[in-house]
Amino acid sequence: MAAGAEQALLRVQDVAVRFGGIVALDGVSFDVPAGRIVGLIGPNGAGKTTLFNCISRLYPCERGDIAFAGRSLLGVPRHRIAALGIGRTFQNLALFRTMSVLENVMVGRHSRSRGGFFSAAVRLPYAVRADAEARGKARELLALLDLERFADSSVAALPFGTQKRVELARALAAEPKLLLLDEPASGLNHEEVGAIGALIRSLRERLELTVLLVEHHMQLLMSLSDWVVALNFGRRIAEGTPAEVRNHPELVRAYLGTAASFST
Amino acid sequence: MSKKLVTVTILLIVLACVLPLVLTNYRTFQATLVLVYAIALLGLNILTGYNGQISLGHGAFYAIGAYAAAMLMDQAGMPYWATIPIAGAVCLVIGFLFGLPALRLEGLYLALATFALAVSMPPILKAHFLEKWTGGVQGIVIVKPDPPAWLAAAGVKLSADQWLYYFVLAIAIVLFIAGWNLISGRVGRALVAIRDHHTAAEAMGINSAIYKSLAFGVSAMYTGIAGALGAIAVQFVAPDSFTVFLSITFLVGIVVGGLASLSGALHGALFIQFVPNIADELSKAAPWAVFGVFLIGFVYLMPTGVAGALRALTRRRSSGKLLHPKEALP
Repeated sequence: MAAGAEQALLRVQDVAVRFGGIVALDGVSFDVPAGRIVGLIGPNGAGKTTLFNCISRLYPCERGDIAFAGRSLLGVPRHRIAALGIGRTFQNLALFRTMSVLENVMVGRHSRSRGGFFSAAVRLPYAVRADAEARGKARELLALLDLERFADSSVAALPFGTQKRVELARALAAEPKLLLLDEPASGLNHEEVGAIGALIRSLRERLELTVLLVEHHMQLLMSLSDWVVALNFGRRIAEGTPAEVRNHPELVRAYLGTAASFST
Repeated sequence: MSKKLVTVTILLIVLACVLPLVLTNYRTFQATLVLVYAIALLGLNILTGYNGQISLGHGAFYAIGAYAAAMLMDQAGMPYWATIPIAGAVCLVIGFLFGLPALRLEGLYLALATFALAVSMPPILKAHFLEKWTGGVQGIVIVKPDPPAWLAAAGVKLSADQWLYYFVLAIAIVLFIAGWNLISGRVGRALVAIRDHHTAAEAMGINSAIYKSLAFGVSAMYTGIAGALGAIAVQFVAPDSFTVFLSITFLVGIVVGGLASLSGALHGALFIQFVPNIADELSKAAPWAVFGVFLIGFVYLMPTGVAGALRALTRRRSSGKLLHPKEALP
């Protein structure tokens, strides 16, 4: 691949997943090089979210391997994924709806802080410090994502686009190296889509993130991605730079069924 | 913790300290039971309110705590105060162990498993082969502790009821502060996160298996300590005091008091201690029917519990001030 000279931060190799008789992923392989934004596209049911859930260890892989920074993830329990440096957002918002915005982001800090039942109950100094540190980090992120004024608002009461930003802040709280974004622009209006694109780009620069992006908004995805991987029916059908993939005949057929071209 | 909350808490503690000085011994005894129930409900609230695991079996942990205290006093001749931490530790371990298989169960299925725990407790306590220790159907009678000698030496004269009240109050304060610390920090957020969105919680790095079983253990510990204190206050344990009805009463207590609220435990305790009495005075023939009417009234008028209703009330008051700026002027 074009970015092949760099070290792959995430390496997906021949991954297969089956639910009952349905093949959700069928031998998918690709690399996500460090520091890049890789876009994952494909029609509904292509297996994009399934792949995310494999990386997050929510689904087991039937075959193949997923390696992060040279280490296989398949033996890692799902609650250890965040500590390794992989953060994610969810397609249909998965916020903690009874908590405030600040608390949601503080939960995102869980894997980077310490303290158990006993140390919390008797307020051991290190637990108190860890809590203060998590609060400070969360406030920093709220400022970065322009969410400060919502810090104490109940997260469920916020507009959809704002909730998406809260989810992003929560994912960033663990200081991930790799960020998995599952449709960050879905449900957003035109201006919000532009804003989220600019935000992802600036966050990548500032926080030196590597991003794996699933997005149906073609224009956004093509403008953000350094590299694009296209899936259909669980298989990789095309891979390349946005310009190369955009008019790839397989992709066009997958979306439209006939020969046509995307205008972006 | 906000300034207002600190003030209210301190006022409450002062009030609680003065209470036995103005009440009769019998009323003091009732107030002691309110504190005991408040500790038990706090325990159940950590599990059900904050962590979202329904338990219909907390009466069993209350029973284990009560019997642990009674047996240690009766057979080992242990002083009453030394039995409290042991009862707590026993329930912590049993609760944790019960929490491990319970990890596989959610919602109604967990409710059924804990229900099984509650229904099996009285027959276990009556079991013939345990009779030597548990006293079988007869149960165990224990002696009400006297105020310690050093207190009398210091010139403070307290009745046994008053002393026990202060003893329970001190433990309740410590346990409520520990509960508050637990709930308001990293662990509390993790517990609520698991309740709100299990998958997302794990994606944030929360080991839900450990947190859920520890929540079970800590919850059982609180309720077990309450059981031990209750046994000492009532001076008697018997299998039929700990039927499934007790477990359901606890659940009623946390729902009426307010789920996922520390103060809700106190409101709930007042409800389960006094409303049956009031119902009994209103109708000797059908007290539980009256209790049922009270219960429906409470949940209808305060669907988020007493704690939720109080919260809404103070919020309305303060927003009312915003509407009428003149009122805010000195």
